[in-house]
Amino acid sequence: MRQDAVAARAEEGLAMLQVSGASKRFGGLQALSEVGLRIMPGQIYGLIGPNGAGKTTFFNVITGLYQPDAGRFALQGVPYTPSAPHRVAQAGIARTFQNIRLFGDMTALENVMVGRHVRTSQGVFGAVFRHRAAREEEAAIRARAKELLEFVGIGHYAGRTARHLSYGDQRRLEIARALATDPLLLALDEPAAGMNPTEKLALRELLQRIRADGRTILLIEHDVKLVMGLCDRITVLDYGKVIAEGPPAAVQSDPAVIAAYLGASH
Amino acid sequence: MDIFLQQIINGLVLGSMYALIALGYTMVYGVLNLINFAHGEILMIGAMAGLTILRVIESVAPQLPGGVQLALAIAGAVPVCVAVSLVIERVAYRPLRNAPRLAPLITAIGVSILLQTIAMMIWGRSPIPFPQLLSAEPVNIAGALISHTQILLLALAVVAMAGLALMIERTRLGRAMRATAESPRVAGLMGVDANKVIIATFAIGAALAAIAGVMWAANYSTTQFAMGFVPGLKAFSAAVLGGIGNIYGAMLGGILLGLIESLGAGYIGDLTGGFLGSNYQDIFAFVVLVGVLTLRPAGIMGERVADRA
Amino acid sequence: MNHSFAARDPRRVRAGLAALIVVMLVFPFVASQFGNSWVRIIDVALLYIMLALGLNIVVGFAGLLDLGYIAFYAIGAYTAGLFASPQFASVIESFVNTYPAIGEFLVWLCGPQIVQEGIHLSLWFIVPLSALLAGIFGVILGAPTLKLRGDYLAIVTLGFGEIIRIFLNNLNGPVNITNGPQGINMIDPVRIFGVSLAGEAGSGSTVHVLGFSLPSVNAYYFLFLVLCGLTVFISVRLQNSRLGRAWVALREDEIAAAAMGINTRNVKLLAFAMGATFGGVAGAMFAAFQGFVSPESFSLTESIAVLAMVVLGGIGHIPGVVLGGVLLAALPEVLRHAVEPLQQDLFGRVWVDAEVMRQLLYGLAMVLIMLARPAGLWPSPRPEDRPEADHPHGAESVGEVKA
Repeated sequence: MRQDAVAARAEEGLAMLQVSGASKRFGGLQALSEVGLRIMPGQIYGLIGPNGAGKTTFFNVITGLYQPDAGRFALQGVPYTPSAPHRVAQAGIARTFQNIRLFGDMTALENVMVGRHVRTSQGVFGAVFRHRAAREEEAAIRARAKELLEFVGIGHYAGRTARHLSYGDQRRLEIARALATDPLLLALDEPAAGMNPTEKLALRELLQRIRADGRTILLIEHDVKLVMGLCDRITVLDYGKVIAEGPPAAVQSDPAVIAAYLGASH
Repeated sequence: MDIFLQQIINGLVLGSMYALIALGYTMVYGVLNLINFAHGEILMIGAMAGLTILRVIESVAPQLPGGVQLALAIAGAVPVCVAVSLVIERVAYRPLRNAPRLAPLITAIGVSILLQTIAMMIWGRSPIPFPQLLSAEPVNIAGALISHTQILLLALAVVAMAGLALMIERTRLGRAMRATAESPRVAGLMGVDANKVIIATFAIGAALAAIAGVMWAANYSTTQFAMGFVPGLKAFSAAVLGGIGNIYGAMLGGILLGLIESLGAGYIGDLTGGFLGSNYQDIFAFVVLVGVLTLRPAGIMGERVADRA
Repeated sequence: MNHSFAARDPRRVRAGLAALIVVMLVFPFVASQFGNSWVRIIDVALLYIMLALGLNIVVGFAGLLDLGYIAFYAIGAYTAGLFASPQFASVIESFVNTYPAIGEFLVWLCGPQIVQEGIHLSLWFIVPLSALLAGIFGVILGAPTLKLRGDYLAIVTLGFGEIIRIFLNNLNGPVNITNGPQGINMIDPVRIFGVSLAGEAGSGSTVHVLGFSLPSVNAYYFLFLVLCGLTVFISVRLQNSRLGRAWVALREDEIAAAAMGINTRNVKLLAFAMGATFGGVAGAMFAAFQGFVSPESFSLTESIAVLAMVVLGGIGHIPGVVLGGVLLAALPEVLRHAVEPLQQDLFGRVWVDAEVMRQLLYGLAMVLIMLARPAGLWPSPRPEDRPEADHPHGAESVGEVKA
């Protein structure tokens, strides 16, 4: 059913995420300069650029970790101010981190259960008295978490401490945790970093399954092959500015992009 | 107007002592990112060591002039404090260099308690009077009074702070300390031995605290095993006020806090219509601390701590 | 660190628990044979255990190092002091003398009986009132600390603890609210269904209930045992809940927690509030038990003592915290009974008295545990309950958010 709703929205032309004029300065460095993009529902959208181009800064800005100096942000047509990360998560953007930020001492299952926090509501009363609604919610959280672990392919590690998972499995866990927040937009920061080709293939397949499930994905990635093969559209950043935007083939042959990656300035 | 000038003088005296102690906190924090909770006890150890030395002098050479005795007390207190401080660094802090920040803080609290307890065992629980060594005749400056001890205190503080500033700016060690505070790894790559710098940092801080301790005892004519704790906390507030990690900040913060406390205690009755009195003096430091950390955590002169958030 | 317990046979666990409960129930009757002091020691220890469990929520679950925790104990105690003793009569009198307008209003509001004798609310009001007031202060004191880093948070909370103590010590003028350094005495003992746990006047502190008679300290023992059990129960429930997970997430990685939708501000305030309510209830019980309160009992040393219990036992691990509480609260007293006479015999004088021993234990506990066994004496066998103190590179391995 989700697929239909997504398709319907795409038909309406309503963007899942619309950003325009995003700017962010750190002291003397203009990290982002009038960056904008438009992601349609159900797309896998790529954000690429040389190191230091501002990709993670962009992520941090749209998810509320940094306050932008300027910019307009809208999720599904509804404008939002990226002021606090938890509110952004509530609105429907979930993210993973470049350097994996799991809750190392919790089990894989518990990590994903934390992801359900934003869509559930039991508080102190429920915790202490465990009345029927609380018990049901807790059971639902646990079930959904298990489901998501299976979905990303690490269901058998549910009881394993997160710190002890392999690198690739940790990345999947982070994705599962982000999915647990039931996001409209899943923002992944270099999910394939450090993976070998087999793992990358599995990741690609996972992302396609996530998209088939009706979600929209924004992806920062360095692996050109992965990005070109997976993304519907790409924005290229360099020195905090957008230098190209379009389908992979167009971007790949754009001289400005080639210059940025190969140019003398780097 | 007399009261005002008096409060200013009191504030400067108090502030100088805070500054000396605050320097110890700020230097250690700058280099190790650690709040040396036990630093206040170093003040106490300075005072107690000075006291013990004076007792010894009393029994072997009581005819020595007061000033000389005081000088000897300070000269003796400094090595004791430095030694204790270095032992603490080696035994309690160094093993926890890589532990998350809470661990050394908890250890520091434990060390603080241990030092107080050992002092309690050695010198007893009751306050012990510190002898009056300099002339008891206060000097009159435009209607306000300042004692000889206080004049000496101010002089020592100025000399110590100037000396420290010179060392930091002009000597190799000072440069090494500044570099380590900015970025220990890069400093290491440049050939700076981090351990030596850290030892020097603790030693200097302890020496300053020793001076402050003896002078504190001389100023208030009393010592006690618990005397270092509250001044230590207040000096830490002063360091934060000035900008933790910043040496000039610690000096400025110390003086400022002394003035705030003194003026505050003097005028709080008027300000609150008699509801709060000077017995609330201790609160000022904590209010300042909370205020600074809430409104401008970097302090007056800004944090100069390595990027280790 | 490997703390795997052999596969916990549920029958053995149940048998162990049953044995423990039997011991706890029988203890006072056995100990009474040797006088009241042993039971009294455990009574106080039980209060400390409640405090330690409360602090465990703040420090252990949520990872917020609160060095001013004893302030909530004080608030609970002084609530009992104001609302279950003659003190309020003095308060009103003081207002009448100094601020007559307010004073007369209070007289009108409270009526002649209260003006004469003070407010004497029953246990059933005092406990929730203390919990509520402490909880409110928990939020008030926690609010400014929300953006602070770990060590700054510790110092600020310490400052708050001291500020509260200074106020308690000085609010005897111009109006007398707390009676200053002298404290408040003649606080009502706990009365349950008409039976006073201090015993009726002239009975020599013996409580007569349902045909049984037992010493007052024993009666309090059972009350505190029940309260302690309740505290443990609530702690466990909180730990294994959505909120408990949010606290651990907050402790492990605040940024990731926020990114996953956790309102870190509210979750932190909840931790402060919950911890504070435990402290407040314990404080009210302390006041009723002792019959008087003074600011001396609520110094920084006490805050640190409670922290030492949590650290020694096992930060975040409820049974560990209870163990820490028992050890650090009861052990010094036990030692005093044993070691002081021993020193007297051996040396002719007492070198190390009980107070010193207590301090030594606290100091050593904190230093040695952090150096040798940071997870505590009885850490959680489930690694996910243990906060960072145990594995130094926890935060670093999970990385930072780069620009």
